[in-house]
Amino acid sequence: MITLPTESQKTAHIRLTLNGEETDVSFAPYKTLLEVLREDLGHTGTKHGCELGECGACAVLLEGKPVLSCLLLAIECDKKNVLTVEGLGADGQLHPLQDAFADLGAAQCGYCTPAILVTAKALLDQNPHPSRDEIRQALSGNLCRCTGYLQIFEAVEAAMAKIAGCEKAGA
Amino acid sequence: MPDETKMRVIGVPRRRVDARAKVTGQTRFADDIVLPRMAYCKLLRSPHPHARILKVDTSRAAAHPGVYLVLTGKDVPIEYGILPVSQDEQALCVDHVRHVGDPVAAVVAREELTAFEALDLIDVEYELLTTISDPEEALATPAPRIHEYGEEGNIHKRVSLEFGDVEQGFAEADEVFEDTFFYQGNTHLAIEQHASVAIKDPDGKLTIWSSTQTPHYLHRALAKVLQMPPGHIRVIATPNGGGFGGKSDPFNHEIVVSKAALLLDRPVKICLTREEVFYCHRGRHPVLMKFKTGVKRDGTITGMHLQTLIDGGAYGSYGVASTFYTGALQTTTYKIPRYRFNGCRTFTNKPPCGPKRGHGTVQPRFGQEVQLDKIAEKLNIDPADLRLHIAESSNALTANFFRLSVVNLSECIRRVVKSSDWKDKFRKMPEGRGVGLACSAYLTGAGLPIYWNKMPHSGVHIKFDRGGGVAVFCGATEIGQGSDDVLAGIVAEVLGLDTFDIRLYTGDTDLGPVDLGSYSSRVTIMAGNAALQAAERGKAIIAEAAAEKLGIPAERLRFADKRVFDSLAPEIGITFAEAVCLAEAKFGTMGTMGSYAPPKSPALYKGGGVGPSPTYSYTAAVVELNVNPATGWINVQKIWIAHDIGRALNPTLVRGQVEGSVYMGLGEALMEEQEFRRLPKKLSHALVHKFPSILEYKSPTSLDMPEVFTELIEEPDPRGPFGAKEVGQGPLLPIMPAVANAVYDAVGVRIDEVPITPEKILKALAEKKAGREPRFGPSHFPHVDWPEALRVPPPWEGGDGHAVNDSPRPGKRSPEKEKVRSS
Repeated sequence: MITLPTESQKTAHIRLTLNGEETDVSFAPYKTLLEVLREDLGHTGTKHGCELGECGACAVLLEGKPVLSCLLLAIECDKKNVLTVEGLGADGQLHPLQDAFADLGAAQCGYCTPAILVTAKALLDQNPHPSRDEIRQALSGNLCRCTGYLQIFEAVEAAMAKIAGCEKAGA
Repeated sequence: MPDETKMRVIGVPRRRVDARAKVTGQTRFADDIVLPRMAYCKLLRSPHPHARILKVDTSRAAAHPGVYLVLTGKDVPIEYGILPVSQDEQALCVDHVRHVGDPVAAVVAREELTAFEALDLIDVEYELLTTISDPEEALATPAPRIHEYGEEGNIHKRVSLEFGDVEQGFAEADEVFEDTFFYQGNTHLAIEQHASVAIKDPDGKLTIWSSTQTPHYLHRALAKVLQMPPGHIRVIATPNGGGFGGKSDPFNHEIVVSKAALLLDRPVKICLTREEVFYCHRGRHPVLMKFKTGVKRDGTITGMHLQTLIDGGAYGSYGVASTFYTGALQTTTYKIPRYRFNGCRTFTNKPPCGPKRGHGTVQPRFGQEVQLDKIAEKLNIDPADLRLHIAESSNALTANFFRLSVVNLSECIRRVVKSSDWKDKFRKMPEGRGVGLACSAYLTGAGLPIYWNKMPHSGVHIKFDRGGGVAVFCGATEIGQGSDDVLAGIVAEVLGLDTFDIRLYTGDTDLGPVDLGSYSSRVTIMAGNAALQAAERGKAIIAEAAAEKLGIPAERLRFADKRVFDSLAPEIGITFAEAVCLAEAKFGTMGTMGSYAPPKSPALYKGGGVGPSPTYSYTAAVVELNVNPATGWINVQKIWIAHDIGRALNPTLVRGQVEGSVYMGLGEALMEEQEFRRLPKKLSHALVHKFPSILEYKSPTSLDMPEVFTELIEEPDPRGPFGAKEVGQGPLLPIMPAVANAVYDAVGVRIDEVPITPEKILKALAEKKAGREPRFGPSHFPHVDWPEALRVPPPWEGGDGHAVNDSPRPGKRSPEKEKVRSS
C-alpha cells in the first residue's frame, strides 16, 4: 500500500547545465528528462506528443546532440549539458534559426517547433552547410502536421546562410 | 476598400504576428498551464466496444491516498453534443458504453500518477452487448441499438434529395458510368494532445483553458451539462497545437475537469495520452460511395446519382452535417444539371467520427475525380480538357441552390496544366511513371451556425487607447492557421499600422464577442469581415477628428506608417496616437465594433442548410509519381497546385496552408488509416483500434514530402475581406484523387480506395496480369431503404429553392422543435 504518492517522493537529485546555467533539481526518480524539464524546472518550451519516442516533439540537445527527452530518465542527465528552446536565443536576440522560422512560415501551430529548432541547431553545429537532403534526414524524426515541412527546410537554409554570412563577416 | 497599390500589410509576405512566441517556445498551450494547488484528472475508459454498465464501485479508489475525488456518470448525467439534433454524449457514461475508450469514471488526485493508479481500483461490472463493427453490420443488425434515437435500428441519419429528374438525365446521356469507391477513415493526429485546466474562480465562477477550436460551443455545452448560467462560465481556447477538426467538439474531459474544479474548489488539469487521443477521434468518416454519372460524348454531364454509406462510429458528433456534406459540393465544382443524393450514416461501436479538414466532402471528391478520369479515358478526352468543359463559372446558382461567387476553377486547371507540362506527360511517360489531375471546391465558411439563430457569426471589438495602442478582441481561435494574423493584418492595413502594433485578445468567451470557432474555413471571411468593419468604423471616427484638426476633408486623409495625413500633401499630418486622442476628446472613449453574418442562402429546402457558403475556393492539382511494379511502392515526385484564393492576406501563411494541405492529403492518399481489429476471443474479442500510436499510425515525414509548386489565383472576391477566400482546407481535396489518377497513368491499375497502399497496387497488378479488371476497390454498394427523396426542381426547371413534396414548412425553426428532434 502506498502511503505517500510516488510523485511526491523527490528522492532523486541531479546537477545539470541547463541552457548554460548550473541547475540543481530534485525529482521522483522514475521521471523522464521531459517531465523534469516541464514539471520540476518550469521549462515548458519543450513539448510532448506521445511520450513514447514516436513524434519527436520533445527533442532537446544533450551534450549538443538531439535526444528524445521522453525516453531519457532525468537521473541519466547528472552533470550533463542540456539545451532547450529557451536557451536558443542570446542577449535578448533570437537565434538565426528562430528568426528564419518566424519570417518564413516554418512555425504554424508552433507545437513541434521547439524540438525542430534544437534539432536543426545540432545539424548546423555539426554540418554548417547541409544539403536539402541532409536537412530532410536530420529532421525526419520530428513530425510536423501543419507545414508539410517545405517552409521548415527553407528556414533552415536561410538560417544556414545567415550564420555563414555572419561568421564570414566576423572573420 | 483602400487603394490596393498602396497596401502595406495585406498581400505582403510577413512574419506572422504570433511567430515570436512560437519560435521561443513561449506560446502557452493548455498543458503548459500550471496553477497553485492544481490536481490531476485521469479517466477510466471502457475496455469493451459495446456493453451495459451494471455497477460502478468507486469506494476503493476514493479511499486511495492522494485521491481527492472520484466521479461517475451520475455526477454529470446531462446529455450534450455539438449538434442540437444529436445531444447523445454523456461526459461519463451512465449505463451504456459504446466504444472502447468511452469514459466511465474519473479520478482526481494530487498527482497524475496517483490518479492513474487509482483507476485500477474502480470496479465496473459490464454486460456485454453485440458489437457492431461497420455500416453493413449496422444495417443488418437493428438491435441492440447503439442509441435510442436516430432513424431506426442503428441508422443514425438518412438523406434523400433530388434536384431534377435524374433518370431523364441518364436517358439523355450517351454513356452512363457506375463506380463504387471506398474512403477509409483517418485521424487528425495533431501533435498536441488534448488538454484542459479548469478552476473555480475566486468569485465562484468557472474558467476553463482548453485546447479547443470552438470555445463558444464548449461554452454552451458546459452551461447545459453543469446547469450554470453561461455568464458564470469563461472558456479560454489556448492556442491549439494543431486542430484539423479534431478539437471542434465539446469533449467529455473538458466537462469532467470543470465539474471537478467546481466540486474541489481547486484547479484540475487533464492531458490525454496519445492513445486516448486516438479514442477521442472525431476524424474522417469511412465512406463507401457509388457514383452513377451520365455524360454526353463531349463530356457534358447530364445527371448524377450519388449514394454514400457512412461509418459514424459511436456518437453523433457533427455526423448529421457530415452526411449532408458527402452530397453537398459535387455541384459547386462542375455543371451538373440533375442530381440525386442519398446518404446514410450508421452508428458503429468505434470511436466517433467527425470533422476532419475538408469535412465530409473529401471522400466523395475522391470518387468524383477518379470517376471523371475514367470518363475522360472512355470518351477519349484529356481529363484537363474535360474538366475545363464542365467547370462551374462565377455567380452560378447550382442545381442544389448554392450561390457561387467568384469562380476561377478553369484558371486553376490551366495553370497546373501549363506548369506541370501536363500535355507532354499525360499517357506519354514510360511505364511506372505517371501524372494525375484532380480539382476541388470548398466552403469559405459554413453559411449557417450549428444552432439556429439570427445573430452574427463573428464579432470584433477594437479598443483604441491614448498612446495609439489598438487592441482587438474576438472569439476567433488560433489553431496554427494564422487567425490572429488575419485579424492583425486587416486592422493594421485599415488603420495604417504595423501588425506588431496590434494587441490581440482572442479565443476567450469573456473578453471578446462571439466567433463561432475555427471550423469550416470560416475565420478569414467571418472574423476578417467583422474586423474590417470595426476597423473602418474606428478609422471614420478618427478621421473626422483629425480632419477637423488639420482643416482638410476627411475623405482626403490617409492612414499609413502610423500617421494620419493629407493624401495630396503627405507632410501635412499627425501621428496616429495624436489622432486617437483627438477622437477621444471629441467623441468620448474610443471603441468600435464590427460583426458579420453570411448572406441568406437560396437553398430553402430541408437539408439546404449544409453546403451554402458566402463563397467557395477552388483548387486544381497535378501529381507526378513513380510506381515500382515489383513492390507497389509509390514515390511522389512533384506536385503542382493552383488555388483560387481571391486574395492572399499574408502569402507566407497562405503557402503554408496550401503545402500543409498537400502534405495531409498525401498522408491520406498513401498511408493514413484509422483501422480496427478484433482482439482474440480469449482476450474479450473487443473491437479495438489497430494502431493507437503515432509509430504505427503512419504519417508522412520530412523524407516523404515531395516538391510542391504553388500558384495562387488572386481575383478578389467581393464577399471576402480584401477579397480573401479560404485556403486551409480546399487544397487538400484534389490530392488523393490526383494520386489515384497518376497511379493509373503510371501502371494502368485503378485503386478505387484510399489509402492507396503498395499491397493494393500489387493486387490490382495481379488482376491485370490475369486478364481481369485491373482494379482494387469495393465491388458492391449494399441495399439501403432510402426515404422518398425531397424533390427540389433546379433553377433552370423553375425551382424556387423549396422542395415540391415537403410537408408545410414552419415559419421558422424553434428551439422547442430542435429539442424534440434531439430527444
